[in-house]
Amino acid sequence: MKAELTPTSQINGKSQNYFLKVLKPLRPFFSNGKSATGFIIFLIFLIIAIFAPLIAPYSPSAAIYDPNLPPTANHWFGTTNTGQDIYSQFIYSARNTMIVGFGAGILSTIIGLIFGVVAGYRGGLTDAILSFITNLFLVMPGLALLIVIEAYLKASTPFVNGLIIAMTGWAWGARVFRSQTMTLARRDFILAAKMSGKSSLRIMITEICPNMMSIIAGNIMFATLGAILAEAGLAFLGLEDINSTSWGIMLYWASSNAALLRGAWWWFVPPGIGIALVGLSLVLMNFAIDQITNPRLKTQKRRKNRGRKAASA
Amino acid sequence: MRYILNRLGFFILSLWAAITINFILPRMMPGSPADAMFAKFQGQLTPAALDAMKKAYGIGQSTLWQQYVDYLHGLFTFNWGLSFMQYPTPVSDMIRGSLPWTIGLVGISTLLSVFIGTALGVYISWKRKGFLDNTLPVVSMIFQAMPYFWVALLFVFIFGFKLNWFPMAHGYDPAISPGFNATYLTSILNHAFLPGLTLLIGSLSGWIIGMRNNMMYTLGEDYVTFAEAKGVRTSRLMFSYAARNAILPQLTSFAIAIGNVVSGSILTEQVFSYPGIGNQLTSAVQSQDFPMIQASFLLIAVAVLVANLIVDLLYSRLDPRIRTGGE
Repeated sequence: MKAELTPTSQINGKSQNYFLKVLKPLRPFFSNGKSATGFIIFLIFLIIAIFAPLIAPYSPSAAIYDPNLPPTANHWFGTTNTGQDIYSQFIYSARNTMIVGFGAGILSTIIGLIFGVVAGYRGGLTDAILSFITNLFLVMPGLALLIVIEAYLKASTPFVNGLIIAMTGWAWGARVFRSQTMTLARRDFILAAKMSGKSSLRIMITEICPNMMSIIAGNIMFATLGAILAEAGLAFLGLEDINSTSWGIMLYWASSNAALLRGAWWWFVPPGIGIALVGLSLVLMNFAIDQITNPRLKTQKRRKNRGRKAASA
Repeated sequence: MRYILNRLGFFILSLWAAITINFILPRMMPGSPADAMFAKFQGQLTPAALDAMKKAYGIGQSTLWQQYVDYLHGLFTFNWGLSFMQYPTPVSDMIRGSLPWTIGLVGISTLLSVFIGTALGVYISWKRKGFLDNTLPVVSMIFQAMPYFWVALLFVFIFGFKLNWFPMAHGYDPAISPGFNATYLTSILNHAFLPGLTLLIGSLSGWIIGMRNNMMYTLGEDYVTFAEAKGVRTSRLMFSYAARNAILPQLTSFAIAIGNVVSGSILTEQVFSYPGIGNQLTSAVQSQDFPMIQASFLLIAVAVLVANLIVDLLYSRLDPRIRTGGE
């Protein structure tokens, strides 16, 4: 929130130019309403996740309060049927869900990068083998595969779940990275790097990856969204350690204790809204990422004025 | 021809991979799940019955390779083992009982979603800058971010619990005996409405946006501009010129969606306790019914793989550029 205000409040004064320079890369995040909203929602949840122990008034697991309370002044989101404070659970769940979501999102992007960039850069037999593995993971039904793995692992923690989600969900990114690497690999600057004697590994890391930063960032956003939804789904089905704290686990307890049949809406509504808001912020921020590095959007704007909207609006 | 062989090869390889994953996973995990299962049965069955059961599941005596061969043989002769959960019932019988529910519910809502969504997409691209065109991208973004099983929970709460318009769970009223009569069929429809609506809402915006974007892209092509300049009627321009080509990518998504019919509703079925295959998989996981888990996963995987194969082959017929590599 603070970062948003600075550019306007520091218009004059030379010493403040430094701040403007620092904030410049962030400007696309505020240049349109969508991405600004997304960024602000994201910051709020980030702060909640980091300072969870300070924000939450009670322990999320202590079952010592009056059970089945609707929202009151002391318990903002009410209590569960065993007398746990739902608001505190919500706050702590934000932390776990964010760690698992972003952890899995980043990890699956890294796996996707390894498969995609190597396949696209090497070509030939390497490409054929890596692409086959990628396509295989792409056609496997994701949620069903996750459920089956969970069935054999039994009651894993949210972090183990994040790991499995990352290991099964990287294929889409790999495919995108591969095709982007293939177009980049033919460019002159890659040839120049080759001529100067750089090793393949260094070219991949220092030349190719930085040139697809926007795709990588966008992939992290969507992989994180997918991971958060998948984790919530698995937890809801009861395939996660039911004593851990996450939004999905809250939904699991709410539905297994018949919160729906008792009209305890304050139990199952907050976790869903939490997931939806974090997810929405990711989708919205993806707009900003597109704007930072995708020059095509500008031409699309011009075309829009002529009455023909861009295909990928 | 080469293309077709290529796709067939991939299909067979991925099918083999799915089957093998299904075989290896339970054997890779620490503490054989089968042993845990038998430990549970220990007090209830005579040792002779346990031995017979072990033999039936091919556990213990044979080598891994022998197990694999037996597994493959059983698979292709539709001898998928006996359920742990409801012991001597064959898994294939249980699947035969649950599959129609899933196909009926998810299949029909997928079809509805595709037709309504595609038609709306064409309409929106026609009435550009209208109300729907402005609000839809935002709405679809919100739906993308929401966990759809939570939307289902909300629906159960609002329409089932608060308003009491629809039943909250199950495929039909347990008080009615199944039979081909009006009360039973009405009960099925009544129970399917809410889960169907959740599935429809969850997927509809994707189809609308997809078709709209394809239409925008096609409407920007030169041949459409030329036809417009020539004075072709708008309706003809939209349907015969633009929509015909714009529908191709939708077809891919459609085939994939059909493949996902078997698996796509695991969470929704769980919310509504719908007697379909997804619910069966979940309860099999909860009660550690491994033959059932294996069979459901395989069925789901095969559905997806076959749909993928069909779309690949169909696409090469409809869009010759795929076969020739865009030359």
